Amino acid sequence: MVTLKAPTIDQIWDWLEEVPDPEIPVISVVDLGVIRDVLVDGSSVEVIITPTYTGCPAMSVISFDIEKALAKKGVTELTLKTKIAPPWTTDWLSEKGRARLEEFGIAPPLKSGSPERCPQCKSSSVELVSQFGSTPCKAQWRCRDCFEPFDYFKCI
Amino acid sequence: MLVLGHRTSEWCGVAPALEEDIALANIALDLIGQAKLWLEYAGEVEDAERTANTLAFRRDFYDFRNLLMLELPNEDYARTIIRHFLFDAFQVPWLEALAASSDETISSIGQKTVKEANYHLERSQDTVVALGDGTEESNTRMQKALHDLWPYAGEMFQDDEIDRMMQGESIAPLPSSMKKAWELRVERVFNDAFLILPDSDFSHSGGRQGIRHTEHLGHMLASMQFLQRAYPGASW
Repeated sequence: MVTLKAPTIDQIWDWLEEVPDPEIPVISVVDLGVIRDVLVDGSSVEVIITPTYTGCPAMSVISFDIEKALAKKGVTELTLKTKIAPPWTTDWLSEKGRARLEEFGIAPPLKSGSPERCPQCKSSSVELVSQFGSTPCKAQWRCRDCFEPFDYFKCI
Repeated sequence: MLVLGHRTSEWCGVAPALEEDIALANIALDLIGQAKLWLEYAGEVEDAERTANTLAFRRDFYDFRNLLMLELPNEDYARTIIRHFLFDAFQVPWLEALAASSDETISSIGQKTVKEANYHLERSQDTVVALGDGTEESNTRMQKALHDLWPYAGEMFQDDEIDRMMQGESIAPLPSSMKKAWELRVERVFNDAFLILPDSDFSHSGGRQGIRHTEHLGHMLASMQFLQRAYPGASW
């Protein structure tokens, strides 16, 4: 009898690494910190995710993208569970994710609530334009040296 | 939360400045997302096969349980800002208290949503000061908005039977226990904003118990619920 080899937990994490965030495609959903746990029981897989912001419209796209990506790898029995406690925090962004955000032009979150520097020219002379931005997770800032506006990933 | 979320979303595309428009659209999104969590849980507790969607879109106005202040029309921008501040200043300590609830789901929703509420409060508080301490016109309009909304603020702190039951089971504190700290905060902020607190303790009541609503809620629901009323059960 031929059976497909059951996926390992590490494999699932690797596969999820390849699922980009729909709004900020330079980071993966794993970098974003929304994947809380992966459980494997034989051929059935359970992925536990947590929402970034309660009203974030990208969450349903993220769930759909995860299903699609795992189905491609042959996972047929997938359960996606949402868990809201403990709540998502920007501390869960991976180091790799933070570096990629800056390369992409988004200042990574800092505990102080303000970005450290302009992601373009690296000047630390920056000012707030608005506490809200193009997505629920971002605020709008501006650099006083190169005058470029930029997104700051809000710290929560 | 759903009612305020919908009211806030009405500013989308017509707010006085682009940044304000984006900010309010984001706040509306947060509030509606939070309402979804609460309504989902309410449906689960009720156990009568009503989902968050049924509770939001298929109840008539007399079945709504919300603060009267939140259903009033937006009208002036000053009114929107004052309303958010009065409400946010209550929400933050309230959700902090719910985060410590004996009920696990309520506690996790409290922990999640208080972070967003804090961010909203930070903004509404700053905007109250900016507009109160702005021009003569902005100050006059803020003062009028405060005068109009003040008689509705007290409803946030009125305890009812359900509140007392929940306090008995350590699910939630009594709303009245939040009043002192709230008053201290709003007094301080309105003072910084050169706004004068109305000298009246009168408060409207009954919205949270569904005893009464203003004539505005029905009109709001007619627009909010249109799709589910015209095409019951529609989904995409």
